[in-house]
Amino acid sequence: MYPMIKIEGVRHAYQTPTGPLPVLDGLEMSLDEGGFVAVVGPSGCGKSTLTRLVSGLMKPDEGRVMLHGEIVAGPRSTVGMAFQNPVLLEWRSILQNVMLPLEIVSNSLSKTERVERARYLLSLVGLEGFEDKRPSELSGGMRQRASLCRALVHKPEVLILDEPFGALDAFTREDLWQTMHKVKEQESFTGVLITHDLREAIFLANQVIVLSGRPARTQYVLDVPDTGPRDLEHLYTPEAAEMLAILRHQIEIAQGRAPSDQEVA
Amino acid sequence: MSLRSAFVPASALIVFLLLWEGLVRANGWPNYKMASPSDLGPAFTKHWDLFLVMSWQTLWRTVVGLLLAIVVGTGLGMLMGFSRLMRDALYPLLVGFNAIPKATVVPIVALMFVGQHDFNTILIAFMISFFPIAVSVSIGLSTLEPEYRDILRSLGASQATIFWKIALPKTLPEFFGALKVAVTLAFIGTNLMEIVSPHGRGLGALFDSGKTNSDYPLMFAVLVMLAFLGIVLFYVVVFLERIFAGWADR
Repeated sequence: MYPMIKIEGVRHAYQTPTGPLPVLDGLEMSLDEGGFVAVVGPSGCGKSTLTRLVSGLMKPDEGRVMLHGEIVAGPRSTVGMAFQNPVLLEWRSILQNVMLPLEIVSNSLSKTERVERARYLLSLVGLEGFEDKRPSELSGGMRQRASLCRALVHKPEVLILDEPFGALDAFTREDLWQTMHKVKEQESFTGVLITHDLREAIFLANQVIVLSGRPARTQYVLDVPDTGPRDLEHLYTPEAAEMLAILRHQIEIAQGRAPSDQEVA
Repeated sequence: MSLRSAFVPASALIVFLLLWEGLVRANGWPNYKMASPSDLGPAFTKHWDLFLVMSWQTLWRTVVGLLLAIVVGTGLGMLMGFSRLMRDALYPLLVGFNAIPKATVVPIVALMFVGQHDFNTILIAFMISFFPIAVSVSIGLSTLEPEYRDILRSLGASQATIFWKIALPKTLPEFFGALKVAVTLAFIGTNLMEIVSPHGRGLGALFDSGKTNSDYPLMFAVLVMLAFLGIVLFYVVVFLERIFAGWADR
């Protein structure tokens, strides 16, 4: 049985006018089907490059990115993406926005089934009654919920979330974390979450990967037990505090603000 | 349309005409110095048949020039919006071309296509008005946030699909903004040709005949007619904008 997502020895550099800029150097990742990985690391360390590799929007210079044991050669419709910017189309209603991927991906759904699927997802994230609104009529948090529905509407195997809650206020963000858990119970997908928020990482994921500073390699992998924080109160338990301390320490190493473990030893 | 939205512009127009009339009377200007609104009525009624024919000629040639500007301007805008290379290559050319006063091009075009009055006039209307359309379309396309593309590209959508589903509709507000500018420019182009290279057609020719015959109220009446046609065409664009890009209006 192949892992859902497997990244092996990936190296990548961007070509810039001043020469190649290496962003990834020794990226490793393995995630089983149905798993949820959170990727954290210093700013500009190549986290978004990782999402572009997994979604097939980019190919790595070296190394392999595989889904289901198959090398990712280009974009594939089994991936859904949501970004920090919800990028909803202002000229479409919320329902039409959510249905957009179904117009691209070939599927056997009838028009009614598409509408049903979109309506179901919107009600799942708490946007019932907003189907006919325009994106401009919704708050930032609601737009992000709609963006999440759009990423899920075609039942992707892999859901890629690139800092989707980054621009939201703290309370809205916590609301959306809980919505994510609700969505995870109902929909089957393997999740990749890029985030700057360590609490968000341990709250949503069962595996947290810390990337080093640029060029990024996989520096540390933390497994969050199933008994991990899944309610907001559980973020304040000693176990959660310990995980956060480990991650914070790893981030400091990645930023070069703390000596690495090897150097200490 | 509410009563207020009709009342406000109508009263502004009446105030403007009263001020104009007052200015002329207070200074005791004869109509060869400056015609007053009260001179316009007789000028229109005296030549009403000419006004109908000439207005129609000016209008259709302006509209054809404008349509040409939309097609070519959008095409150039798409080239420059999608290709960095084309943008670098075409931008300086277009800016230089646009900087040439079109009045200087009129005699050249008139000589180049001598006798083809309709074509000449349309050509000038087109040349003066395609630039804002090309620029706004190219900016609209090139400033499309990469995430918009990625949403569809990650699903395997083709460039054409991305253009029709996202890039084109997203550029419509900029396009209509430019079209409003282009409408007035196109009128300038048409009349430039009609006045500078008279061939007895269009409001520009009527203006010119007013000049030759020392019929000054006629010249002012032509200006008012041009303003009227400009307003009509402008609001046609506003109407289309509401239909196709109404979503951008918050």
